[in-house]
Amino acid sequence: MALISLLVTAPLGAQAADQSWQEIVAKAKGQTVYWNAWGGDDRINAYIAWAGAMVEERYGVELEHVKLSDTADAVGRVLAEKAAGKDSGGSVDLIWINGENFAAMKREGLLLDPWTQSLPNYALVDLDDKPTTRVDFTVPVDNLEAPWGMAQMVFIHDSALVPEPPRSIGKLLAWSQENPGRFSYPQPPDFLGSTFLKQALIELLDDPSILQEPVNADSAAMATEPLWSFLDALHPTLWRGGQAFPANGPAMKQLLGDGEIDIAFSFYPADATSWIQRGEVSDTVRTFIMEKGTIGNTHFVAIPYNASAPEGAMVLANFLMSAEAQARKQNPEYWGDFTVLDVAELPAEERARFEAIDLGVATLTPEQLSPTLLEPHPSWMEWVESEWQRRYLGT
Amino acid sequence: MLRRLPALTLVLMLGPVLAGLLGTLAPAFGFLPALGGEALSLDPWRALMTAPGLWGSIRLSLSTGFLSTLLALAVVVAFCAAWQGTRPFRWFQRLLSPLLSVPHVTVAFGLAFLLAPSGWLLRLFSPWATGLERPPDYLFPQDGFGLALVLGLLLKEAPFLFLMVLAAMGQVDAERAHRVARSLGYRPMTAWMKAVFPRIYPQIRLPVLAVLAYSLSVVDMALVLGPTRPPTLAVQLLTWFSDADLALRFQAAAGAVLQLLLVIFAIGLWLVLERLAVTLGRRWIAGGGRGAERGLGEGWLRFLAAAPTVLLTTAVFLGLASLLVWSLAGPWRFPDALPSSWTLKVWSGQGAMLLQPSLTTALLALGAAAIAALLCLGCLEQEVRGGKRLTTRALWLLYLPLLAPQIGFLFGLQVLFVWLGLDGVWPGLLWSHLVFVLPYVFLSLRDPYRAWDPRYGRSALCLGASPWRVFWRIKFPMLLRPLLIASAVGFAVSVAQYLPTLFAGAGRFQTLTTEAVALSAGGNRRLIGAFGVLQMLLPLAGFALALALPAWLYRNRRGMATEH
Repeated sequence: MALISLLVTAPLGAQAADQSWQEIVAKAKGQTVYWNAWGGDDRINAYIAWAGAMVEERYGVELEHVKLSDTADAVGRVLAEKAAGKDSGGSVDLIWINGENFAAMKREGLLLDPWTQSLPNYALVDLDDKPTTRVDFTVPVDNLEAPWGMAQMVFIHDSALVPEPPRSIGKLLAWSQENPGRFSYPQPPDFLGSTFLKQALIELLDDPSILQEPVNADSAAMATEPLWSFLDALHPTLWRGGQAFPANGPAMKQLLGDGEIDIAFSFYPADATSWIQRGEVSDTVRTFIMEKGTIGNTHFVAIPYNASAPEGAMVLANFLMSAEAQARKQNPEYWGDFTVLDVAELPAEERARFEAIDLGVATLTPEQLSPTLLEPHPSWMEWVESEWQRRYLGT
Repeated sequence: MLRRLPALTLVLMLGPVLAGLLGTLAPAFGFLPALGGEALSLDPWRALMTAPGLWGSIRLSLSTGFLSTLLALAVVVAFCAAWQGTRPFRWFQRLLSPLLSVPHVTVAFGLAFLLAPSGWLLRLFSPWATGLERPPDYLFPQDGFGLALVLGLLLKEAPFLFLMVLAAMGQVDAERAHRVARSLGYRPMTAWMKAVFPRIYPQIRLPVLAVLAYSLSVVDMALVLGPTRPPTLAVQLLTWFSDADLALRFQAAAGAVLQLLLVIFAIGLWLVLERLAVTLGRRWIAGGGRGAERGLGEGWLRFLAAAPTVLLTTAVFLGLASLLVWSLAGPWRFPDALPSSWTLKVWSGQGAMLLQPSLTTALLALGAAAIAALLCLGCLEQEVRGGKRLTTRALWLLYLPLLAPQIGFLFGLQVLFVWLGLDGVWPGLLWSHLVFVLPYVFLSLRDPYRAWDPRYGRSALCLGASPWRVFWRIKFPMLLRPLLIASAVGFAVSVAQYLPTLFAGAGRFQTLTTEAVALSAGGNRRLIGAFGVLQMLLPLAGFALALALPAWLYRNRRGMATEH
């Protein structure tokens, strides 16, 4: 039904959408898709390899995973190709992308014309109740990228050492003052570190709704004042006295595993469970979120404007949105990343795939994870990040 | 053919660098049409100059670069002066040279895990000796002065300089000079410093400068060991170059030009200091002091000179051992001295994924090293026959790839390769590696080659041999050892390349290093350990071969044996 309605609904006049799904599948056959995706986690790499095997078997599309340490490397490559005038036959076919890189690529015209409306499985996505599938960091997605997974910030504590975790930013400060050196956050502009700043910014504001509008230099100074006094008070109580910060999320996880800190956080709700399973942290580690909720968003895959195998990339993106692929991804045994689909609307046997998943000892259920806070407009983050550098980077 | 070789080599090496620099200079002055920069402007420089932490970054880059280079030189010279010709010296000769082949980032990870508050050293002594149940809260690595970074660079650069000194010693007949000075009544260390070092230094000057330039602009090691508030300039550039806000690339390009200027400034400063040292040194040598027994006797001094070398070597080996242990570790929490259980999961789980990158790495490194060795050999031979040496100015050009910070010119290089249709294919990838491998091979080979005594050749010519016959029958065998060592250096350099592989290979070629760096972004210490061990083994095999082959080939020729 959804498929038919999608095909009937006239797409937004985009070129890619003029192709029918059958045409796309036919063209995709025999193509090799170079998927540029972060390669930092062997379990995610294994999941990507599995997806590759599936699309090869079913559609004759070959997948090459280009393992990145930073998504911006792929953006830079597309940029270099544009600078050299290579407007077709590019080396990147699909990018696992985040909000900031998406906003930049959209602004610079580095993305393929709207295409996700042509994919049958796009109709399964929960566009209504998961608004972040339509608006990526307040930037409209406009069918330029396909949703792939839901992320939400969760805090992680060692319950043996911190039985009663602090459930608000204010309580976190009080806790850190009582337990100096046992908390830290990744140094901005690292994405997870910036997320922590956003979380604090939202919680400390009486009316966070102004964050949904682009930043205004006059009001921003006032609106972020509580954030800076919070950080000024927090930093001396941090790990290493706030003189150094972990580089990124994995480095922070390592600190938790080594017992150097007691509270960490992550953007994947199932991370704590999977870290325990892999023996990387103590099995007394548990997850919690803040009383007012935590920031959540969606991650996507996008196709560059000069991709060599755009049809193959679409076939792959479509498969990634299937109930089969999404359910496997939500299973902590493979990854533990939450689905973008509207599970309640799925046919019974597809729904059963999700109901059968054991979320694990340290993962909160989707109900426990609410409420979700919306990401601020990206301009706020640029403002906050550069102000952070000015105040704390040192001279 | 041979006559055109030097020019061809320079073009092969400089073409990409110059194109890359141009591709950096243009955006540094606001020109990058792909991002809407269509006119020249000074805005990127204005943005750069007001960037927070910039001056701290510059100060940090300069201090860590200078300190580590000075210390590395001092450690190596002190050790050679004190122990040359002794049995411990020969042990270290065997021990230290292979260390050269371990990639920087591997050593950095090892060191970080050894000395961090929750590191192996404290785990070994806790809680029974320290009373610690939880890791203490001190700042190391990533200390504000960059001392951890200095230490890491020292661990990597000292073996390189040691190897260069070894190569030079053979050429200046150090043993005999030392013996003569000793027979004139000089104490051993004084004899070495007065009679041997002044002849060796000119031969290792450019390697020392390469170390200085490298230390000033190193990225991977500084990421692991360096401070972050602010970071070194090179790391700050990487952050800007990889920022989602593409407009920052203009500022980053200006920063890359600044980094280049910084390296030039540092080299100038080093040369000035060198002058000063020469003046003072001459006076000291001419003074005729024989290192008499007043004050600290040389016996004590000798042990003092050995201490840093022993400590550094121990640190590297413990650090590397920790990587191996981590690759086999089950759960391992502070303060346990060893993992609570052992597992082969990482090795067996990644086994299939390890083969392809290993193969690609080896082929690439072999190809780049072989081409580089051939080109260098041809250039040097042409230089001898043509009687024309590269002028000093041309020589500086040769060092451009080592002096220009990689992160700065690789974007421009990538544009050039895309334009030539060379991105993502083997020839382009080999070429990009060649750019970095060539200078090191030339650097390692040049001095032994030039110091070869031409009288051997003349004697053979008098006996009626043709120039080529002289080359193959006399010169080549005598120079085989330095040639193989130079190739092994090139091989190791290629193995460690990350950014060129990624940029020129369009991400389509997976080497051990690209895989390791991608995985290290995930912070999985077990996988980092496994890849680190492999990254170590490949170049090590290269060096072992370079040392074993001549020894085996010439096992029956006493005059060609390795040791005198």
